[in-house]
Amino acid sequence: MGGPTLAELILSRVSGRDVRAGELVIAPVSRVMVHDSVIDAVMSGLRALGREKVWDTSRVCVFVDHAAPAPTPVVADSHRVLRGWVRDQGIATFYDAGEGVCHQIMVEEGYCEPGTVIVGSDSHSNSYGAVGTFGAGMGATDIAVALALGRTWLRVPASIKVTFTGRPRRGVTIKDAIMRVVREIGTDGARYACVEFHGAGELPQGDRITLAGMTTEMGAKAGIVVGTPEAPEWLRPSADAAYVREVTVDLSTLEPQIAIPPRVDQVSDVSEARGIPVDVVFLGSCTNGRVVDMRQAAEVLRGRRIHPRVRLEVVPSSRRQFEDAMADGTLGVLSAAGAVIGTSGCGPCLGRTGGVLAGEEVCFSTANRNYRGRMGSPDASIYLGSPYVAAVAALTGVIDDPRPYLDASDAALDALVARRREERGDRGAASARSGDRARELVAAMPLRSEPWVVGMEVED
Amino acid sequence: MARAWVFGDDLDTDQIVPGRYAPFMVGQDRFHTYAFCDARPDFAKDVREGDVLVGGENFGCGSSREYAVAALKKHGIGGIVAKSFARIFFRNCVNLGIPVVEAPDPLAVVRDADEVTLDLAAGLLRAPRGDVQLRPVPAFARQILTAGGVVAYLREHGDFPSVS
Ligand code: SF4
Repeated sequence: MGGPTLAELILSRVSGRDVRAGELVIAPVSRVMVHDSVIDAVMSGLRALGREKVWDTSRVCVFVDHAAPAPTPVVADSHRVLRGWVRDQGIATFYDAGEGVCHQIMVEEGYCEPGTVIVGSDSHSNSYGAVGTFGAGMGATDIAVALALGRTWLRVPASIKVTFTGRPRRGVTIKDAIMRVVREIGTDGARYACVEFHGAGELPQGDRITLAGMTTEMGAKAGIVVGTPEAPEWLRPSADAAYVREVTVDLSTLEPQIAIPPRVDQVSDVSEARGIPVDVVFLGSCTNGRVVDMRQAAEVLRGRRIHPRVRLEVVPSSRRQFEDAMADGTLGVLSAAGAVIGTSGCGPCLGRTGGVLAGEEVCFSTANRNYRGRMGSPDASIYLGSPYVAAVAALTGVIDDPRPYLDASDAALDALVARRREERGDRGAASARSGDRARELVAAMPLRSEPWVVGMEVED
Repeated sequence: MARAWVFGDDLDTDQIVPGRYAPFMVGQDRFHTYAFCDARPDFAKDVREGDVLVGGENFGCGSSREYAVAALKKHGIGGIVAKSFARIFFRNCVNLGIPVVEAPDPLAVVRDADEVTLDLAAGLLRAPRGDVQLRPVPAFARQILTAGGVVAYLREHGDFPSVS
């Protein structure tokens, strides 16, 4: 038997015995993350367990981010109850509406201790792997149990090794890299598994959040980046660790990627989807709502106005990201281009606040999910991709390869934008044509012959 | 006798209850009435206690929303048989006491609206075109399901079932 993977290392350490993939552990958690969407169920879970208090008030982080500020009286009531609960419990770590997306704050404010287990009430709690934490999303009852006991049960996941080599070319981002991985692995290919990222430890922390968080879109239990600056020395997978699958992506040849609705793993090179018209562009979410992402969009949009038929909504992922983007003028550039700047938080990512989509509308989003109905009407469609592609879509009204737009002279850029706008035409809702294109693209995609089945059982 | 509701692969929790109908958007007493409202508009109206959901690969993928499972619980779903389950969904079902059982290829045997019987003791889903052999439920999950969910288990035993 080889040495341990990162998941095996962490779960062995916290459970106090040497465990390998497939074994069950009862794991102490270093923190529990709870957000507004599920607080009612979490509180009633605690009550049902007969527990008055959480096990440790200093280790619980609570966020109002998923529908914030409250869009309806029912939500407002739920938030009011949540605030009362936080006060009664004496939980100090509380971020109210406008502070940002839970995962962004958990990582950037240092709540994620590398080498420990954190469970969160949100499926993108995998994001904590950005700093070497085993983060796993769980349902409300699991969270209530973790709040009551300070422990959770886990089956030690098998691991998939993803290795990045080379550096991406200009205009290609880590979002493209992770979408390339999703393209390879599929929405269920990492089910029950931990995705271990090699060759990404040196990336900026925000890029590592993009990677770790999007392992959720492959069904993973956790996604952890190897060799981050935050991680302690012991947190290194063994050179002979056993992986169920290995994927290598050469970043130096990577093209910008987009996901075709309604699946995250229907991914193609952006060049194949060139010309698909969009009505709405959303730049934000825990995947791509940081200042770096807003700066990338601003590179494209500086000194220009977005297409008159397109709405651009920009939602910083946290107050810190918002303030940084304000301080360096990025938000000013985006606003001048015609963007609506939304409250830091989840915003339109899940169709609860901000600009929800009408039927037939086509959205280009930098978030992580494009399921039917995710951002509003079930008849809307959502393409996913990088902030560069998002900015180009806002500017031209169509999906296009962003690279010719970067570093182009003013005259060349004007000509390119004019050509794309001309091609797009000026019709109303864009989805009829884009729906046809989407179907063509998906039909041309190679079928994955066998779904990759990872892990032995479905217990967790 | 129960009815089978058949779904395909990769049924995501947004299909079960769309996020815009979360309990805290529409109220604790109403969210389950939106179960499958986009994917199967007849479901909430026609589903009967004890009915069985049958699916393919990766049943319940996507968001971790437990209320998707709570909605099924409120409708009295007797169990879910699928080729495989997404892990959070699987956990949520175990925690709330809905039997989730894997079977090699249930879609090959069961058609939508079939009259079926979920016989967990015998490890079978009995259907008009034949019986579907169910995979055994792992011991740890079985103990929690037998208690009626993790809350009942913990109330009774004070701690998780033993892992070794
Ligand atoms: S930004 Fe979107 S994906 Fe991220 S936690 Fe919020 S709703 Fe979930």
